[in-house]
Amino acid sequence: MISHETIEKNLGLLIVLTILVVSVGGLVQIVPLFFQTSTTTPVAGLKPYTALQLSGRDIYIREGCVGCHSQMIRPFRAETERYGHYSVAGEFVYDRPFLWGSKRTGPDLHRVGGRYSDAWHTAHLMNPRDVVPESNMPAYPWLDRPLKDTAIQAKMRTLNIVGHGYSAQEIAEAPAALEGKTELEALIAYLQVLGTHAPRI
Amino acid sequence: MSDFTHGFWPIYISVITVASIVGTWVFLRSQTTRKLAPGEKPELMEHTWDGDLRDLNNPLPRWWLGLFYGTLVFAVAYLLLWPGLGNFAGVLGWTSSNAYEAEVKAAEAKFQPVYAGFMKQDIASVAADPEARAIGRNLFLTYCSQCHGSDATGARGFPNLTDHDWLYGGDPDTIVATLTGGRSGIMPALGEALGPQGTKEVANHVLSLSGRKHDAALAAAGKVKFAENCAACHMPDGTGMQALGAPNLTDKVWLYGGSEATIIETVTKGRNGVMPAMTQTLGTTSNKEAKLHLLAAYVYGLSQKQ
Repeated sequence: MISHETIEKNLGLLIVLTILVVSVGGLVQIVPLFFQTSTTTPVAGLKPYTALQLSGRDIYIREGCVGCHSQMIRPFRAETERYGHYSVAGEFVYDRPFLWGSKRTGPDLHRVGGRYSDAWHTAHLMNPRDVVPESNMPAYPWLDRPLKDTAIQAKMRTLNIVGHGYSAQEIAEAPAALEGKTELEALIAYLQVLGTHAPRI
Repeated sequence: MSDFTHGFWPIYISVITVASIVGTWVFLRSQTTRKLAPGEKPELMEHTWDGDLRDLNNPLPRWWLGLFYGTLVFAVAYLLLWPGLGNFAGVLGWTSSNAYEAEVKAAEAKFQPVYAGFMKQDIASVAADPEARAIGRNLFLTYCSQCHGSDATGARGFPNLTDHDWLYGGDPDTIVATLTGGRSGIMPALGEALGPQGTKEVANHVLSLSGRKHDAALAAAGKVKFAENCAACHMPDGTGMQALGAPNLTDKVWLYGGSEATIIETVTKGRNGVMPAMTQTLGTTSNKEAKLHLLAAYVYGLSQKQ
Protein backbone atom coordinates (compact mmCIF):
# COMPACT_ATOMS: atom_id res chain seq x y z
CA MET A 1 0.00 0.00 0.00
CA ILE A 2 1.26 3.46 -0.82
CA SER A 3 2.20 5.54 2.18
CA HIS A 4 0.98 9.09 2.45
CA GLU A 5 4.60 10.15 2.08
CA THR A 6 4.62 8.76 -1.46
CA ILE A 7 1.38 10.59 -2.30
CA GLU A 8 2.57 13.88 -0.85
CA LYS A 9 5.77 13.77 -2.79
CA ASN A 10 4.22 12.86 -6.17
CA LEU A 11 2.04 15.72 -7.28
CA GLY A 12 0.67 13.89 -10.30
CA LEU A 13 -0.41 10.96 -8.14
CA LEU A 14 -1.92 13.34 -5.58
CA ILE A 15 -3.97 15.05 -8.31
CA VAL A 16 -5.20 11.76 -9.76
CA LEU A 17 -6.21 10.37 -6.39
CA THR A 18 -7.92 13.64 -5.37
CA ILE A 19 -9.97 13.68 -8.58
CA LEU A 20 -10.90 10.06 -8.02
CA VAL A 21 -12.12 10.71 -4.49
CA VAL A 22 -14.15 13.85 -5.26
CA SER A 23 -15.75 12.33 -8.36
CA VAL A 24 -17.29 9.36 -6.56
CA GLY A 25 -20.31 11.35 -5.37
CA GLY A 26 -20.99 12.75 -8.83
CA LEU A 27 -20.50 9.42 -10.56
CA VAL A 28 -22.93 7.66 -8.25
CA GLN A 29 -25.53 10.35 -7.61
CA ILE A 30 -25.58 12.53 -10.75
CA VAL A 31 -24.55 10.40 -13.75
CA PRO A 32 -27.27 7.71 -13.28
CA LEU A 33 -29.96 10.46 -13.29
CA PHE A 34 -29.40 10.80 -17.03
CA PHE A 35 -30.40 7.17 -17.41
CA GLN A 36 -33.61 7.08 -15.39
CA THR A 37 -37.07 6.99 -16.94
CA SER A 38 -38.61 9.27 -14.30
CA THR A 39 -36.09 12.05 -14.92
CA THR A 40 -35.84 11.89 -18.71
CA THR A 41 -39.44 11.20 -19.81
CA PRO A 42 -41.81 14.18 -19.95
CA VAL A 43 -45.03 13.83 -17.96
CA ALA A 44 -48.20 13.32 -20.02
CA GLY A 45 -49.12 16.42 -22.00
CA LEU A 46 -45.91 18.34 -21.30
CA LYS A 47 -44.71 20.34 -24.30
CA PRO A 48 -41.62 22.47 -24.84
CA TYR A 49 -42.23 26.16 -24.13
CA THR A 50 -43.69 28.13 -27.03
CA ALA A 51 -41.66 31.03 -28.40
CA LEU A 52 -43.56 33.53 -26.23
CA GLN A 53 -43.29 31.39 -23.10
CA LEU A 54 -39.59 30.85 -23.77
CA SER A 55 -39.02 34.60 -24.03
CA GLY A 56 -41.01 35.10 -20.84
CA ARG A 57 -38.87 32.51 -19.14
CA ASP A 58 -35.76 34.49 -20.06
CA ILE A 59 -37.34 37.57 -18.51
CA TYR A 60 -38.04 35.53 -15.38
CA ILE A 61 -34.32 34.70 -15.35
CA ARG A 62 -33.23 38.26 -16.16
CA GLU A 63 -35.30 39.78 -13.36
CA GLY A 64 -33.94 37.26 -10.87
CA CYS A 65 -37.35 35.88 -9.87
CA VAL A 66 -35.60 32.63 -8.96
CA GLY A 67 -33.84 34.47 -6.14
CA CYS A 68 -37.06 34.69 -4.14
CA HIS A 69 -39.38 32.11 -5.71
CA SER A 70 -38.75 28.38 -5.85
CA GLN A 71 -40.37 26.10 -8.43
CA MET A 72 -40.26 22.92 -6.46
CA ILE A 73 -43.16 21.68 -4.36
CA ARG A 74 -41.86 19.09 -1.95
CA PRO A 75 -43.87 16.01 -0.98
CA PHE A 76 -45.05 17.44 2.35
CA ARG A 77 -48.70 17.98 3.19
CA ALA A 78 -48.05 21.57 4.25
CA GLU A 79 -46.82 22.30 0.72
CA THR A 80 -49.33 20.30 -1.30
CA GLU A 81 -52.24 21.85 0.63
CA ARG A 82 -51.06 25.28 -0.32
CA TYR A 83 -49.60 24.82 -3.79
CA GLY A 84 -51.01 21.61 -5.24
CA HIS A 85 -49.52 18.26 -6.23
CA TYR A 86 -45.84 17.90 -5.39
CA SER A 87 -43.42 18.41 -8.27
CA VAL A 88 -42.17 15.37 -10.16
CA ALA A 89 -38.97 15.13 -12.20
CA GLY A 90 -40.73 14.54 -15.52
CA GLU A 91 -42.26 18.03 -15.37
CA PHE A 92 -38.84 19.67 -15.78
CA VAL A 93 -37.63 17.82 -18.87
CA TYR A 94 -37.81 21.01 -20.96
CA ASP A 95 -36.40 23.31 -18.28
CA ARG A 96 -32.93 24.31 -19.36
CA PRO A 97 -31.63 25.61 -17.08
CA PHE A 98 -33.99 24.46 -14.33
CA LEU A 99 -35.33 27.21 -12.08
CA TRP A 100 -36.06 25.19 -8.96
CA GLY A 101 -34.49 27.84 -6.75
CA SER A 102 -33.58 27.34 -3.14
CA LYS A 103 -35.06 30.39 -1.48
CA ARG A 104 -38.66 31.21 -0.68
CA THR A 105 -39.01 34.84 0.21
CA GLY A 106 -42.15 34.68 -1.90
CA PRO A 107 -44.31 31.63 -2.46
CA ASP A 108 -43.39 28.66 -4.63
CA LEU A 109 -44.44 29.27 -8.23
CA HIS A 110 -44.39 25.80 -9.69
CA ARG A 111 -48.20 25.49 -9.83
CA VAL A 112 -48.96 29.17 -10.37
CA GLY A 113 -50.17 28.46 -13.92
CA GLY A 114 -53.93 29.06 -14.19
CA ARG A 115 -54.18 29.99 -10.56
CA TYR A 116 -54.66 33.70 -11.16
CA SER A 117 -56.03 35.60 -14.12
CA ASP A 118 -53.79 37.46 -16.54
CA ALA A 119 -55.31 40.67 -15.19
CA TRP A 120 -54.20 39.71 -11.69
CA HIS A 121 -50.63 39.08 -12.87
CA THR A 122 -50.58 42.39 -14.71
CA ALA A 123 -51.77 44.32 -11.67
CA HIS A 124 -49.49 42.34 -9.39
CA LEU A 125 -46.32 42.80 -11.46
CA MET A 126 -46.98 46.50 -11.97
CA ASN A 127 -47.39 46.97 -8.24
CA PRO A 128 -47.87 43.96 -5.95
CA ARG A 129 -49.39 46.15 -3.21
CA ASP A 130 -52.37 46.91 -5.45
CA VAL A 131 -53.66 43.38 -4.95
CA VAL A 132 -51.72 42.10 -1.92
CA PRO A 133 -51.22 45.01 0.50
CA GLU A 134 -48.91 42.95 2.75
CA SER A 135 -46.56 41.99 -0.10
CA ASN A 136 -42.87 42.89 0.05
CA MET A 137 -42.26 41.93 -3.57
CA PRO A 138 -40.69 44.68 -5.67
CA ALA A 139 -42.75 46.24 -8.46
CA TYR A 140 -41.68 45.62 -12.04
CA PRO A 141 -43.31 48.53 -13.89
CA TRP A 142 -40.71 48.56 -16.67
CA LEU A 143 -41.94 45.20 -17.96
CA ASP A 144 -44.76 46.97 -19.77
CA ARG A 145 -42.52 47.68 -22.77
CA PRO A 146 -42.16 46.02 -26.18
CA LEU A 147 -40.55 42.60 -26.12
CA LYS A 148 -37.28 42.55 -28.03
CA ASP A 149 -36.01 39.02 -28.32
CA THR A 150 -34.00 38.90 -31.52
CA ALA A 151 -32.29 35.67 -30.46
CA ILE A 152 -35.47 33.63 -30.16
CA GLN A 153 -34.80 31.49 -33.25
CA ALA A 154 -31.22 30.83 -32.24
CA LYS A 155 -32.42 29.84 -28.76
CA MET A 156 -34.95 27.40 -30.17
CA ARG A 157 -32.36 25.87 -32.51
CA THR A 158 -29.94 25.52 -29.61
CA LEU A 159 -32.56 23.80 -27.48
CA ASN A 160 -33.23 21.45 -30.39
CA ILE A 161 -29.66 20.15 -30.00
CA VAL A 162 -30.70 18.73 -26.64
CA GLY A 163 -33.96 17.37 -27.97
CA HIS A 164 -36.71 19.98 -27.52
CA GLY A 165 -37.96 19.13 -30.99
CA TYR A 166 -39.14 22.52 -32.29
CA SER A 167 -40.29 22.07 -35.86
CA ALA A 168 -38.87 24.22 -38.67
CA GLN A 169 -42.29 25.86 -38.91
CA GLU A 170 -42.38 26.71 -35.18
CA ILE A 171 -38.93 28.28 -35.45
CA ALA A 172 -39.88 30.21 -38.58
CA GLU A 173 -43.04 31.54 -36.95
CA ALA A 174 -41.37 32.45 -33.65
CA PRO A 175 -40.57 36.12 -34.43
CA ALA A 176 -44.16 36.64 -35.59
CA ALA A 177 -45.46 35.12 -32.36
CA LEU A 178 -43.51 37.70 -30.37
CA GLU A 179 -44.55 40.59 -32.62
CA GLY A 180 -46.35 43.34 -30.75
CA LYS A 181 -46.08 41.59 -27.37
CA THR A 182 -44.78 43.25 -24.24
CA GLU A 183 -42.27 41.73 -21.84
CA LEU A 184 -45.11 41.60 -19.35
CA GLU A 185 -47.26 39.48 -21.68
CA ALA A 186 -44.37 37.11 -22.34
CA LEU A 187 -43.65 36.68 -18.64
CA ILE A 188 -47.34 36.07 -17.88
CA ALA A 189 -47.55 33.54 -20.74
CA TYR A 190 -44.68 31.69 -19.08
CA LEU A 191 -46.19 31.89 -15.59
CA GLN A 192 -49.58 30.68 -16.82
CA VAL A 193 -48.15 27.43 -18.19
CA LEU A 194 -46.04 26.63 -15.12
CA GLY A 195 -46.94 23.34 -13.48
CA THR A 196 -50.12 22.86 -15.48
CA HIS A 197 -49.28 19.22 -16.19
CA ALA A 198 -49.44 18.00 -12.64
CA PRO A 199 -49.96 14.26 -12.23
CA ARG A 200 -53.69 13.52 -12.05
CA ILE A 201 -54.98 13.48 -8.51
CA MET B 1 -39.99 -2.17 -12.14
CA SER B 2 -36.62 -0.53 -12.33
CA ASP B 3 -36.57 3.16 -13.12
CA PHE B 4 -33.20 2.81 -14.88
CA THR B 5 -33.07 2.69 -18.65
CA HIS B 6 -30.55 -0.14 -18.58
CA GLY B 7 -29.63 -2.92 -16.15
CA PHE B 8 -26.05 -1.65 -16.13
CA TRP B 9 -26.81 1.40 -13.97
CA PRO B 10 -27.90 -0.20 -10.70
CA ILE B 11 -24.82 -2.43 -10.86
CA TYR B 12 -22.64 0.57 -11.68
CA ILE B 13 -23.97 2.45 -8.63
CA SER B 14 -23.64 -0.54 -6.30
CA VAL B 15 -20.11 -1.40 -7.40
CA ILE B 16 -18.75 2.14 -7.01
CA THR B 17 -20.51 2.61 -3.67
CA VAL B 18 -19.37 -0.67 -2.18
CA ALA B 19 -15.86 -0.25 -3.61
CA SER B 20 -15.64 3.23 -2.05
CA ILE B 21 -16.65 1.97 1.37
CA VAL B 22 -14.34 -1.05 1.30
CA GLY B 23 -11.54 0.99 -0.29
CA THR B 24 -11.79 3.70 2.35
CA TRP B 25 -11.69 1.06 5.09
CA VAL B 26 -8.61 -0.57 3.60
CA PHE B 27 -6.97 2.78 3.02
CA LEU B 28 -7.61 3.87 6.61
CA ARG B 29 -6.13 0.60 7.90
CA SER B 30 -3.07 0.91 5.70
CA GLN B 31 -2.34 4.48 6.75
CA THR B 32 -2.85 3.91 10.47
CA THR B 33 0.46 4.01 12.24
CA ARG B 34 1.19 2.34 15.52
CA LYS B 35 0.13 4.18 18.66
CA LEU B 36 3.14 5.76 20.35
CA ALA B 37 4.32 4.20 23.56
CA PRO B 38 4.49 6.60 26.54
CA GLY B 39 7.49 8.84 26.18
CA GLU B 40 8.22 7.68 22.62
CA LYS B 41 9.07 10.49 20.19
CA PRO B 42 7.28 10.57 16.83
CA GLU B 43 9.29 9.93 13.71
CA LEU B 44 10.87 13.07 12.26
CA MET B 45 10.13 13.61 8.58
CA GLU B 46 13.10 14.76 6.63
CA HIS B 47 12.03 18.28 5.60
CA THR B 48 12.40 21.40 7.67
CA TRP B 49 10.97 24.80 6.72
CA ASP B 50 11.95 28.32 7.68
CA GLY B 51 14.95 27.04 9.60
CA ASP B 52 13.17 25.40 12.52
CA LEU B 53 9.70 24.22 11.44
CA ARG B 54 9.87 20.42 11.52
CA ASP B 55 7.40 17.84 10.20
CA LEU B 56 6.62 15.03 12.64
CA ASN B 57 4.87 11.83 11.65
CA ASN B 58 2.38 11.70 14.53
CA PRO B 59 -0.20 8.92 14.45
CA LEU B 60 -3.84 10.06 14.16
CA PRO B 61 -5.60 10.39 17.51
CA ARG B 62 -7.60 7.21 18.19
CA TRP B 63 -10.93 9.03 18.76
CA TRP B 64 -10.45 10.71 15.39
CA LEU B 65 -9.81 7.40 13.69
CA GLY B 66 -12.88 6.02 15.45
CA LEU B 67 -14.99 8.76 13.84
CA PHE B 68 -13.75 7.72 10.39
CA TYR B 69 -14.75 4.13 10.99
CA GLY B 70 -18.03 5.34 12.47
CA THR B 71 -18.98 7.08 9.19
CA LEU B 72 -18.28 3.83 7.32
CA VAL B 73 -20.47 1.84 9.69
CA PHE B 74 -23.18 4.48 9.31
CA ALA B 75 -22.95 4.23 5.51
CA VAL B 76 -23.40 0.46 5.59
CA ALA B 77 -26.36 0.67 7.98
CA TYR B 78 -27.97 3.40 5.88
CA LEU B 79 -27.62 1.41 2.66
CA LEU B 80 -29.18 -1.62 4.33
CA LEU B 81 -32.18 0.26 5.73
CA TRP B 82 -32.94 2.87 3.05
CA PRO B 83 -32.81 2.91 -0.75
CA GLY B 84 -29.39 3.79 -2.18
CA LEU B 85 -27.69 0.72 -3.57
CA GLY B 86 -28.93 0.55 -7.14
CA ASN B 87 -32.33 -1.11 -7.20
CA PHE B 88 -32.19 -2.33 -3.61
CA ALA B 89 -35.14 -0.67 -1.85
CA GLY B 90 -33.78 -1.07 1.66
CA VAL B 91 -35.11 -3.23 4.49
CA LEU B 92 -37.48 -0.50 5.70
CA GLY B 93 -39.13 -0.17 2.29
CA TRP B 94 -39.20 3.61 2.64
CA THR B 95 -40.13 5.80 -0.33
CA SER B 96 -40.79 9.52 -0.35
CA SER B 97 -44.22 9.07 -1.91
CA ASN B 98 -45.22 6.50 0.74
CA ALA B 99 -44.00 8.85 3.45
CA TYR B 100 -46.12 11.58 1.90
CA GLU B 101 -49.21 9.36 1.63
CA ALA B 102 -48.81 8.38 5.27
CA GLU B 103 -48.58 12.01 6.31
CA VAL B 104 -51.73 12.85 4.36
CA LYS B 105 -53.62 9.86 5.81
CA ALA B 106 -52.65 10.80 9.35
CA ALA B 107 -53.89 14.35 8.77
CA GLU B 108 -57.12 13.11 7.23
CA ALA B 109 -57.78 10.84 10.17
CA LYS B 110 -57.26 13.79 12.46
CA PHE B 111 -59.36 16.34 10.56
CA GLN B 112 -62.03 14.12 9.02
CA PRO B 113 -64.20 13.99 12.17
CA VAL B 114 -64.10 17.78 12.46
CA TYR B 115 -64.99 18.21 8.80
CA ALA B 116 -67.67 15.54 8.90
CA GLY B 117 -69.51 17.49 11.59
CA PHE B 118 -69.60 20.61 9.45
CA MET B 119 -70.55 18.72 6.30
CA LYS B 120 -73.82 17.71 7.99
CA GLN B 121 -74.82 21.33 8.53
CA ASP B 122 -75.96 23.77 5.89
CA ILE B 123 -73.78 26.69 4.96
CA ALA B 124 -75.74 29.27 6.92
CA SER B 125 -75.31 27.38 10.19
CA VAL B 126 -71.65 26.59 9.48
CA ALA B 127 -71.13 30.30 8.90
CA ALA B 128 -72.39 31.00 12.41
CA ASP B 129 -69.99 28.54 14.05
CA PRO B 130 -66.87 30.26 15.46
CA GLU B 131 -64.64 27.19 14.97
CA ALA B 132 -65.74 26.84 11.35
CA ARG B 133 -65.11 30.53 10.83
CA ALA B 134 -61.56 30.15 12.19
CA ILE B 135 -60.90 27.26 9.79
CA GLY B 136 -62.57 29.15 6.96
CA ARG B 137 -60.42 32.19 7.64
CA ASN B 138 -57.25 30.07 7.37
CA LEU B 139 -58.49 28.60 4.10
CA PHE B 140 -59.39 32.05 2.83
CA LEU B 141 -55.94 33.43 3.67
CA THR B 142 -54.30 30.52 1.87
CA TYR B 143 -56.41 30.35 -1.27
CA CYS B 144 -58.31 33.61 -1.73
CA SER B 145 -56.48 36.50 -0.11
CA GLN B 146 -54.11 37.01 -3.06
CA CYS B 147 -56.97 38.54 -5.06
CA HIS B 148 -59.66 39.42 -2.53
CA GLY B 149 -57.25 40.66 0.14
CA SER B 150 -56.63 39.25 3.60
CA ASP B 151 -59.53 41.33 4.94
CA ALA B 152 -61.70 40.24 1.98
CA THR B 153 -62.33 43.82 0.92
CA GLY B 154 -60.90 43.14 -2.53
CA ALA B 155 -58.84 45.32 -4.80
CA ARG B 156 -59.36 47.13 -8.08
CA GLY B 157 -60.89 44.51 -10.39
CA PHE B 158 -61.27 41.98 -7.58
CA PRO B 159 -64.59 42.16 -5.73
CA ASN B 160 -65.04 43.18 -2.13
CA LEU B 161 -66.70 40.24 -0.39
CA THR B 162 -67.68 42.05 2.77
CA ASP B 163 -70.26 44.38 1.24
CA HIS B 164 -73.72 43.26 0.26
CA ASP B 165 -73.13 43.77 -3.41
CA TRP B 166 -72.81 40.55 -5.39
CA LEU B 167 -71.95 40.19 -9.05
CA TYR B 168 -73.32 36.65 -9.28
CA GLY B 169 -75.36 36.40 -6.12
CA GLY B 170 -74.55 35.93 -2.47
CA ASP B 171 -76.80 33.04 -1.46
CA PRO B 172 -74.96 29.89 -0.28
CA ASP B 173 -75.62 27.86 -3.42
CA THR B 174 -74.35 30.58 -5.72
CA ILE B 175 -71.21 31.04 -3.64
CA VAL B 176 -70.54 27.30 -3.84
CA ALA B 177 -71.11 27.40 -7.61
CA THR B 178 -68.72 30.34 -7.95
CA LEU B 179 -66.02 28.57 -5.94
CA THR B 180 -66.48 25.26 -7.71
CA GLY B 181 -66.64 26.36 -11.32
CA GLY B 182 -65.02 29.76 -11.21
CA ARG B 183 -66.45 32.75 -13.05
CA SER B 184 -65.55 34.54 -16.21
CA GLY B 185 -67.09 37.98 -16.37
CA ILE B 186 -66.78 39.31 -19.88
CA MET B 187 -67.56 42.90 -20.67
CA PRO B 188 -67.02 43.31 -24.42
CA ALA B 189 -64.97 46.18 -25.79
CA LEU B 190 -67.41 48.70 -27.26
CA GLY B 191 -64.90 51.39 -28.20
CA GLU B 192 -65.13 50.74 -31.92
CA ALA B 193 -68.90 50.32 -32.00
CA LEU B 194 -69.58 53.52 -30.07
CA GLY B 195 -66.72 55.76 -31.20
CA PRO B 196 -65.01 58.24 -28.85
CA GLN B 197 -68.00 60.60 -28.65
CA GLY B 198 -70.50 57.78 -28.18
CA THR B 199 -68.36 56.25 -25.45
CA LYS B 200 -68.25 59.57 -23.62
CA GLU B 201 -72.01 59.89 -23.88
CA VAL B 202 -72.61 56.37 -22.57
CA ALA B 203 -70.12 56.98 -19.75
CA ASN B 204 -72.04 60.09 -18.71
CA HIS B 205 -75.29 58.18 -18.79
CA VAL B 206 -73.70 55.51 -16.56
CA LEU B 207 -72.53 58.26 -14.18
CA SER B 208 -76.07 59.58 -14.04
CA LEU B 209 -77.45 56.13 -13.11
CA SER B 210 -75.79 56.26 -9.70
CA GLY B 211 -76.33 59.97 -9.29
CA ARG B 212 -72.71 60.97 -9.85
CA LYS B 213 -71.67 64.30 -11.35
CA HIS B 214 -72.28 64.16 -15.09
CA ASP B 215 -72.96 66.23 -18.14
CA ALA B 216 -76.73 66.12 -18.57
CA ALA B 217 -76.64 66.72 -22.34
CA LEU B 218 -74.12 63.94 -22.92
CA ALA B 219 -76.01 61.61 -20.59
CA ALA B 220 -79.25 62.19 -22.47
CA ALA B 221 -77.53 61.35 -25.73
CA GLY B 222 -75.97 58.29 -24.11
CA LYS B 223 -79.28 56.94 -22.87
CA VAL B 224 -80.27 55.64 -26.29
CA LYS B 225 -76.86 54.17 -26.97
CA PHE B 226 -76.97 52.50 -23.55
CA ALA B 227 -80.31 50.93 -24.40
CA GLU B 228 -78.91 49.62 -27.69
CA ASN B 229 -75.49 48.39 -26.54
CA CYS B 230 -75.52 47.84 -22.79
CA ALA B 231 -79.05 47.09 -21.63
CA ALA B 232 -78.94 43.46 -22.76
CA CYS B 233 -76.62 42.65 -19.87
CA HIS B 234 -76.93 45.61 -17.51
CA MET B 235 -80.74 45.85 -17.99
CA PRO B 236 -82.48 48.96 -19.31
CA ASP B 237 -82.47 50.60 -15.89
CA GLY B 238 -78.80 49.66 -15.29
CA THR B 239 -79.46 47.40 -12.32
CA GLY B 240 -77.42 44.57 -13.82
CA MET B 241 -78.02 40.86 -14.15
CA GLN B 242 -76.56 38.38 -11.70
CA ALA B 243 -76.94 35.41 -14.05
CA LEU B 244 -74.26 36.99 -16.26
CA GLY B 245 -72.34 38.72 -13.52
CA ALA B 246 -73.21 42.06 -15.11
CA PRO B 247 -72.77 44.62 -12.33
CA ASN B 248 -75.49 46.88 -11.05
CA LEU B 249 -74.55 50.34 -12.28
CA THR B 250 -77.00 52.25 -10.13
CA ASP B 251 -75.30 51.62 -6.77
CA LYS B 252 -72.13 53.17 -5.39
CA VAL B 253 -70.00 50.03 -5.72
CA TRP B 254 -67.40 50.10 -8.49
CA LEU B 255 -65.21 47.18 -9.40
CA TYR B 256 -62.78 49.06 -11.61
CA GLY B 257 -63.53 52.64 -10.63
CA GLY B 258 -66.38 55.08 -11.13
CA SER B 259 -64.62 58.12 -12.53
CA GLU B 260 -65.55 59.26 -16.03
CA ALA B 261 -62.09 58.35 -17.31
CA THR B 262 -62.26 54.81 -15.88
CA ILE B 263 -65.77 54.21 -17.19
CA ILE B 264 -64.63 55.35 -20.64
CA GLU B 265 -61.68 52.94 -20.37
CA THR B 266 -64.00 50.10 -19.35
CA VAL B 267 -66.44 50.74 -22.18
CA THR B 268 -63.67 51.20 -24.76
CA LYS B 269 -61.47 48.23 -23.94
CA GLY B 270 -63.91 45.94 -22.16
CA ARG B 271 -63.09 43.94 -19.03
CA ASN B 272 -62.33 40.32 -18.29
CA GLY B 273 -62.90 39.46 -14.68
CA VAL B 274 -61.73 35.94 -13.99
CA MET B 275 -62.39 33.99 -10.84
CA PRO B 276 -60.47 30.69 -11.08
CA ALA B 277 -62.21 27.42 -10.27
CA MET B 278 -61.17 26.58 -6.73
CA THR B 279 -61.44 22.82 -7.10
CA GLN B 280 -58.08 22.96 -8.85
CA THR B 281 -56.33 24.89 -6.13
CA LEU B 282 -57.84 23.59 -2.90
CA GLY B 283 -54.91 21.32 -2.21
CA THR B 284 -54.78 17.70 -3.19
CA THR B 285 -56.25 15.86 -0.24
CA SER B 286 -59.62 14.19 -0.12
CA ASN B 287 -60.98 16.86 2.21
CA LYS B 288 -61.42 19.12 -0.79
CA GLU B 289 -65.23 19.11 -0.57
CA ALA B 290 -65.21 19.89 3.13
CA LYS B 291 -62.78 22.72 2.55
CA LEU B 292 -65.01 24.08 -0.19
CA HIS B 293 -67.97 23.90 2.19
CA LEU B 294 -66.13 25.74 4.96
CA LEU B 295 -64.76 28.32 2.56
CA ALA B 296 -68.20 29.01 1.11
CA ALA B 297 -69.56 29.36 4.63
CA TYR B 298 -66.79 31.78 5.55
CA VAL B 299 -67.42 33.92 2.48
CA TYR B 300 -71.18 33.80 3.11
CA GLY B 301 -70.57 34.82 6.73
CA LEU B 302 -68.41 37.78 5.73
CA SER B 303 -71.38 39.67 4.37
CA GLN B 304 -73.85 38.49 7.04
CA LYS B 305 -72.20 40.15 10.00
CA GLN B 306 -72.95 43.72 9.01
